Amino acid sequence: MNAMPDEPAPPERPLPVFPEPDTEPFWTATAEHRLTYQVCRACGQVVFHPRRHCPGCISGEPEWRDSAGRGTVYTFTVVRQNGHPFFRARIPYVVGLIDLDEGFRMMAEIAAEPDALHVDQRVTVGWEDHPGLSVPVFRPE
Amino acid sequence: MAAPAAAIAGIHEFEKRAAGGLSPLQIKAECAARALEDAGLTWADVDAVYDASEAGRMQGLTIAEYFGVTPRVLDTTAVGGSSYEFHAAHAARDIAAGKANVALLTYGSTAHSDRRAIGTGWRGGSEAQPAANMERPYGLTLVGNYAMVARRHMAQYGTTPEQLAEIAVTTRRHAMRNPQAVAGLADIGIRNVREISVDDVLGSRLIADPLHLLECCIVSDGGGAVVIVSPAVAAGIRTRPAWILGTGEAVGYPASGADITSTAAARSGPEAFGQAGLRPEEIDIAMIYDSFTITVLAILEDLGFAKKGEGGPFAAGGRLAFDHPGGPALNTDGGGLSSNHPGMRGIFLLIEATRQLRGESTAQVPGARLAVAHGNGGQLGTRHAACTVVLGTDGATG
Repeated sequence: MNAMPDEPAPPERPLPVFPEPDTEPFWTATAEHRLTYQVCRACGQVVFHPRRHCPGCISGEPEWRDSAGRGTVYTFTVVRQNGHPFFRARIPYVVGLIDLDEGFRMMAEIAAEPDALHVDQRVTVGWEDHPGLSVPVFRPE
Repeated sequence: MAAPAAAIAGIHEFEKRAAGGLSPLQIKAECAARALEDAGLTWADVDAVYDASEAGRMQGLTIAEYFGVTPRVLDTTAVGGSSYEFHAAHAARDIAAGKANVALLTYGSTAHSDRRAIGTGWRGGSEAQPAANMERPYGLTLVGNYAMVARRHMAQYGTTPEQLAEIAVTTRRHAMRNPQAVAGLADIGIRNVREISVDDVLGSRLIADPLHLLECCIVSDGGGAVVIVSPAVAAGIRTRPAWILGTGEAVGYPASGADITSTAAARSGPEAFGQAGLRPEEIDIAMIYDSFTITVLAILEDLGFAKKGEGGPFAAGGRLAFDHPGGPALNTDGGGLSSNHPGMRGIFLLIEATRQLRGESTAQVPGARLAVAHGNGGQLGTRHAACTVVLGTDGATG
């Protein structure tokens, strides 16, 4: 590649930092475009964010499952000011909390026209690929 | 309730919002000396120190040396802006246990001079931590985090932008009566300092929908100190004591299926009011952490001033102004929205509540006898810590 030495590198999306054993399996699965969550074998509690222990019982051991990647928007905001170079270049963009149909809630970017989005809207997961992992980005159904 | 075990005896708020080259430690020490002087005490009287390490890592190791005190109790609870309410709660507990007689709480920050973009800067960090790893890629700002609570509150209860704006209008009105706030707003570069209207708030630019610029706290330099003492010490001081009647602590965090319009205040509030033997409607002064308008609205409900979902109508019509009958009076110093927010505002809630109970506020509520200081630290839409402190004048509950 003939990158010009004086040209600043394009700003990049901040990504999870490893090693971090609780969340690394989640991110490894995203490389295959699988959205995963955990359910406790002992008590059945849905666990998210991922972790080794079950916060619902002391005998528990959460096991990994695949989500269908469909859910509803619990809440969201349209970010219009962010000092970070990557996000400054994306403004305005939407971040929200998604209630997945399997019963877990996660934060994610939502690729939607800000004015067209509303609470309780149905969304489906999509993926933005990076080396070794993909970032979930939800879209209105 | 039992007789209160501790009282706020000395207070000081750093007068400027632009520190002019002083360090956070220098601000802390100046405020500490003035607060001790206010109580008629000296460094030698201090036997307990509470510090949130806001001016340096593991400050518990160095702050006693810097001040020149010899504490028997050291507490370094650091939970963001609510740290100082936690410190007050712990000081009351430690004094009640007989472990201390004179507790010193201090705060100092040069967030304005350092040009820290607290609300809209990068907060993702680079630590390999579980929660951070699940949120870092999405670029949620601190303002955006609180905005998600506001959005949900609007969708769930029909709360309007106008109702939220009323909170910013009221705190600015209070700030305009406070000469230090007025001078400070100008010193940090706010032009045309004046009272604002609901239209002004809604006409300011959106930072993270649905929160506008004028719904966000300012970023100032500043600091303060509070001296909390035992009844025996309180009997000899020259100020009117503000008794700590009840305290409650809680944390809130994201959970699948949880209601994010309900904050940790829903647990800390009943604990504090229960200990004090009081009900919210008896409170004259509500010093509530106003990082953003939605913070106040949600916490007013969670503390029981209004039913959940009815904070919008409750705040409308100037209800929270110092001169509006039926109160409570909200953030009578001008709050973080319009007087002082160097990053962690909690200590100012204790200071202004004490001024009101002494009759010394610039927006004084005549005969104020009971106040609540509620600190919220962290981020309301995800993980936050809350502490409620109920304060009263001599004989306020008798």
